[in-house]
Amino acid sequence: MIPGSFDYHRPKTVDEAVALLGQYGEEARAIAGGHSLIPMMKLRLAAPEHLIDLGKIEALRGISRDGDTIVIGATTTQAELIASPVIASNLPILIETAMLIADPQIRYVGTVGGNVANGDPGNDMPALMQCLGADYVLKGASGERSVAARDFYEAAYFTALEDGELLTSIRIPLPPAGCGWAYEKLKRKVGDYATAAAAVMLKLHGGACSFASIALTNVGDTPLLAAEAAEALVGSSLDKSAIDAAVAAAEAITNPASDGRGPAEYRTRMAGVMLRRAIARAKNRAA
Amino acid sequence: MAKTHVKMTVNGKEIEALVEPRTLLIHFIREELELTGPHIGCETSHCGACTLDIDGKSVKSCTMFAVQANGADIRTIEGMAEADGTLHPLQDAFREMHGLQCGFCTPGMITRAYRLLQENPNPSDEEIRMGISGNLCRCTGYQNIVAAIRLAAERMNGTQNWEAAE
Ligand SMILES: Cc1cc2nc3c(=O)[nH]c(=O)nc-3n(C[C@H](O)[C@H](O)[C@H](O)COP(=O)(O)OP(=O)(O)OC[C@H]3O[C@@H](n4cnc5c(N)ncnc54)[C@H](O)[C@@H]3O)c2cc1C
Ligand code: FES
Ligand code: FES
Repeated sequence: MIPGSFDYHRPKTVDEAVALLGQYGEEARAIAGGHSLIPMMKLRLAAPEHLIDLGKIEALRGISRDGDTIVIGATTTQAELIASPVIASNLPILIETAMLIADPQIRYVGTVGGNVANGDPGNDMPALMQCLGADYVLKGASGERSVAARDFYEAAYFTALEDGELLTSIRIPLPPAGCGWAYEKLKRKVGDYATAAAAVMLKLHGGACSFASIALTNVGDTPLLAAEAAEALVGSSLDKSAIDAAVAAAEAITNPASDGRGPAEYRTRMAGVMLRRAIARAKNRAA
Repeated sequence: MAKTHVKMTVNGKEIEALVEPRTLLIHFIREELELTGPHIGCETSHCGACTLDIDGKSVKSCTMFAVQANGADIRTIEGMAEADGTLHPLQDAFREMHGLQCGFCTPGMITRAYRLLQENPNPSDEEIRMGISGNLCRCTGYQNIVAAIRLAAERMNGTQNWEAAE
């Protein structure tokens, strides 16, 4: 369980970090909280020759509001997210989700940026970011670009992040006022990745659903935006037949692996169950 | 690969060393500093036996490189008792309430509980259970660990009130 050797770099600014990532290309990896990367390095599933530690770059930390957008610095930890009044009053679904990630020790150091950049379908934040329509700000030698969370994930551990690029922040548009919200996750124990999980945002207007967004965690190679499931809810009174249609549409796009968390068929069904529960709770919370 | 210079404070003492970047913090603490209180249970970030208090956070030190702790203020189980040997209220309470059997998980449990009580001096049993959910114990069934943390919290609060009243 000893990682391979590497050279360690401790940049103080974003520009220095980007220069180092550019200089060493595919031999370099950024390290934030290290709670996905170090376990992989111990198993030698990752063996970077250069580690660029983001821990001392103050500019990458923190949560702020920019007009109608909440901006989360890449190295903001899950614990900082949970304690943030800005998040509590604008995006409480982030706190509900972060509380279901790993355990207290891991939440003190694991970062939001590392969680979304990692590319592991088991991570919980990516589906939530898709549900919320977040954008990722990426910075490389040739400048800055923004990629939608909905376009970022290509396959397990393959993302739109290029060698030499750094994720600097996550930008989340404020959801429509009065939105109900819920993140439901089935796991076997504290610290386990999801057997299946569902993120739901929805809004009611005069008894009918006027807006819905749904995404699923760990039931495919990537997080899954369940657009058809959301469409099945919009215009309905969230009656049983609309919810059944949404659950069927969500289950139809899953393609989970059979593993220690259960056979594929079971995990697909659990995605449906999590979605059903999340819709019910979101409905109760909608203004 | 070039060794890296690190400087940190461990249990109030300044430490300087040259470390290979791939050295895990738990190995540095146990093998270089010879502080063998923090244990290695799983080495896979699950059991919490290696928990240290680092800059006011509970951290699994098997999942951190020693170089990442440069500049940090660290407390291990060895730093819990006072200099004259007076045990920390958590240590006393674990002993009195039978919060340990084999004792392997205990350094991590107490170090984690220490930070939990700093942040939440009067936790409910549910909050204690969630607070130590990153620490595994294979002996006690947790019941007496929760009781020990509750007792320590009550005593520490008592002391605080008494100090405030003076
Ligand atoms: C026991 C255990 C249980 C866990 N359970 C869960 C769980 O239930 N749900 C969950 O979502 N996660 C879980 N995790 C993972 C944890 O949340 C990680 O902290 C998180 O996935 C990655 O964040 P990090 O800051 O630790 O990233 P790191 O490990 O430092 O990095 C992860 C990857 O992202 C890259 N990266 C990091 N930051 C940037 C950046 N700013 N720009 C570009 N690339 C970057 C790194 O190069 C690396 O490839 C668990 C971890 C453990 C050890
Ligand atoms: S040894 Fe670090 S968590 Fe088990
Ligand atoms: S007392 Fe033996 S593992 Fe906890």
